[in-house]
Amino acid sequence: MGALLNQRFLILAMLAVVIAVLPFVFPSSYYFRVASLVWVSALAAIGLNILMGQAGQVSLGHAAFFGIGAYSVAIGPTHLGIPSWAALLIGAALSAVLAYLVGRPILRLKGQYLAIATLGLGVRGALVISTESGWTGGPDGMPVERLTLFGWRVSGSYTWYWVTGALLLVGTWIALNLDETPTGRAFRALHDSEVAAQVVGVDVARFKLQAFVIAAVYGSIAGSALAFMNGFINPDQAGFLHSVELVTIVVLGGLGSVVGSIVGAAVLVTLPQALTVFQEYEHLLLGLIIIVSMIFMRNGIVPSLSGLFHRKART
Amino acid sequence: MVTKAKLKTSLVAGAIVLGVPQGALAQDTIKIGSVLSATGPASFLGEPEDKTLRMYVDKINAAGGVNGKKIELVIYDDGGDANKARTFATRLVEDDEVVAMVGGSTTGTTMAMIPVFEDAKVPFISLAGAIEVIDPVRNFVFKTPHTDKMACEKIFEDLKKRNLTKIGLVSGTDGFGASMRAQCVKVAPNYGMQIVADENYGPRDSDMTAQLTKIKNTAGVQAVVNPGFGQGPAIVTRNYAQLGMNNIPFYQSHGVASKSFIDLAGAAAEGVRLPAAALLVGDKLPESDPQKKVVTEYKQAYESATKQPVSTFGGHAYDGLFILVEAMKRANSTESEKIRDEIEKTRGFVGTGGIVNMSATDHLGLDLSAFRMLEIKGGDWNLVASGS
Repeated sequence: MGALLNQRFLILAMLAVVIAVLPFVFPSSYYFRVASLVWVSALAAIGLNILMGQAGQVSLGHAAFFGIGAYSVAIGPTHLGIPSWAALLIGAALSAVLAYLVGRPILRLKGQYLAIATLGLGVRGALVISTESGWTGGPDGMPVERLTLFGWRVSGSYTWYWVTGALLLVGTWIALNLDETPTGRAFRALHDSEVAAQVVGVDVARFKLQAFVIAAVYGSIAGSALAFMNGFINPDQAGFLHSVELVTIVVLGGLGSVVGSIVGAAVLVTLPQALTVFQEYEHLLLGLIIIVSMIFMRNGIVPSLSGLFHRKART
Repeated sequence: MVTKAKLKTSLVAGAIVLGVPQGALAQDTIKIGSVLSATGPASFLGEPEDKTLRMYVDKINAAGGVNGKKIELVIYDDGGDANKARTFATRLVEDDEVVAMVGGSTTGTTMAMIPVFEDAKVPFISLAGAIEVIDPVRNFVFKTPHTDKMACEKIFEDLKKRNLTKIGLVSGTDGFGASMRAQCVKVAPNYGMQIVADENYGPRDSDMTAQLTKIKNTAGVQAVVNPGFGQGPAIVTRNYAQLGMNNIPFYQSHGVASKSFIDLAGAAAEGVRLPAAALLVGDKLPESDPQKKVVTEYKQAYESATKQPVSTFGGHAYDGLFILVEAMKRANSTESEKIRDEIEKTRGFVGTGGIVNMSATDHLGLDLSAFRMLEIKGGDWNLVASGS
């Protein structure tokens, strides 16, 4: 147990060090912006990874929760006069309630049926956002009021780098701890075999629902953070392609690996930026890199590499 | 030890992907940035814009550049994604340190990028359609395309001439359609127009006869207006003819002003009217028209370089680039704030979109004369003679 605690602490400490050291090597605030995007995507992916990697359930509609979080902090202050920080909490609560209500029936589905049901949820979310233009500004999006905390106006790439970095640390810490709780173990039992889990007394339906709700809250908070950071939000962020992007991050980084989600986000967010020098071949190369890494690192980047390291260490 | 290995690999991976090559900063070039939707769902906007900018920057450089300095063009492709556009905008301002920007293919990407340029005090000439880009006026944001509000006004002006006042609207629910519908509803009373039917359709719908039948059966509809974009309006036009509604005058928007609309709608497009830029009818303009020279030259240059038919969207990029170039010549400086001041003083600039007269309260500078009322006859655009 002590070793486990150490390992978790080590991951967290290393992440904190990375977040603290990166600013010293960044030449301009553009890099802070990209890093903040990595932290936000990683946060959403860590949440989704709890559902996909730990509990073994797929979701193709996760961007809907990202969208709820983002639009809560946009609509709350603009239309209803709710303070921004409260809108963030309300968004998270709304996402949790929606995940609970929708999750109850659809999590009884399995495999591709569950995938289709979550896909439907995601598509519906984006559709509502782009048609309710009186509230959401429609397909062109809407501006988001800057976050103000105790009279401090949170804006600028540097500030958001630290805010999103802190959010990611908290998110990572919770996810790492969750892995070692009875709930986390129940999730993993579900992942390995639902029947076996049921036999040993795991309340399958309840734990699936829990994982779904946790993932939704992560997504919602990440969405709120991105909306604050950009000062502008549009339905793309709640759309199907964004859902797929999140799933890609999780799978690329490694199912069930918290560090994997962060690495996956780093790769998927920074690669398009690095590949702009290749201009029209950008998409081709991006696809190629993802295909190659999926072929040679079938379990995702982090689990595959650490497995390789293990084998080397043993021989 | 496992975690150390994990983190080491993640650090190395991070360092590799963050290692973006830095372009050498040369003193004798002027850096102009652009973020365009050259791929993705809005590529029909971004692609001609991209080609136009590259082509004309080469031409300008071949002719000696601006104030003796060559232009260095930095173009990023946002794929139509507003969040990506925002990141590239930050990159242009912070990393590439451009003096000005011409770009932003869609309203969504433009709105997401505006805060970056406003904060950095770098002039941003947008190529997006909606009026909210320049209304309210922002210090550093300009745009070249006509607004949807102007399209409504041009249509209503034409309807008024024909003594038609009761109209039906059938609008797309996409960004363009929804925004133009809202503007039409807003300006209708100024022209004594009464909207008696108001229907809409989804951007991917394949049949709009239900909506059109409802409009057809609404008592007193004298004309129908279709604010929309992409393939939707072509289907509406076909359904319109199928329902035998041709006796009711039908108006499309500048959103369909490309040859592919006529191809898609076929014979059903006969008699349809729409407001559009002079660029579409360059060869039919009278010699006395002040825009004749600019639009025929652009059309010829674009079509011979790309072997593709000219579109008004590429024209917006042409206008944006030359408004900027002329402002830089007048300012005789590469300081962003001085360039901004000169862009705002643009007067009598003859572009493909119209004659631009900007001011501190108008960062578009086009009036209704920039739109020509066209009618489709014999599978081609024709100018509607004023008064008919």
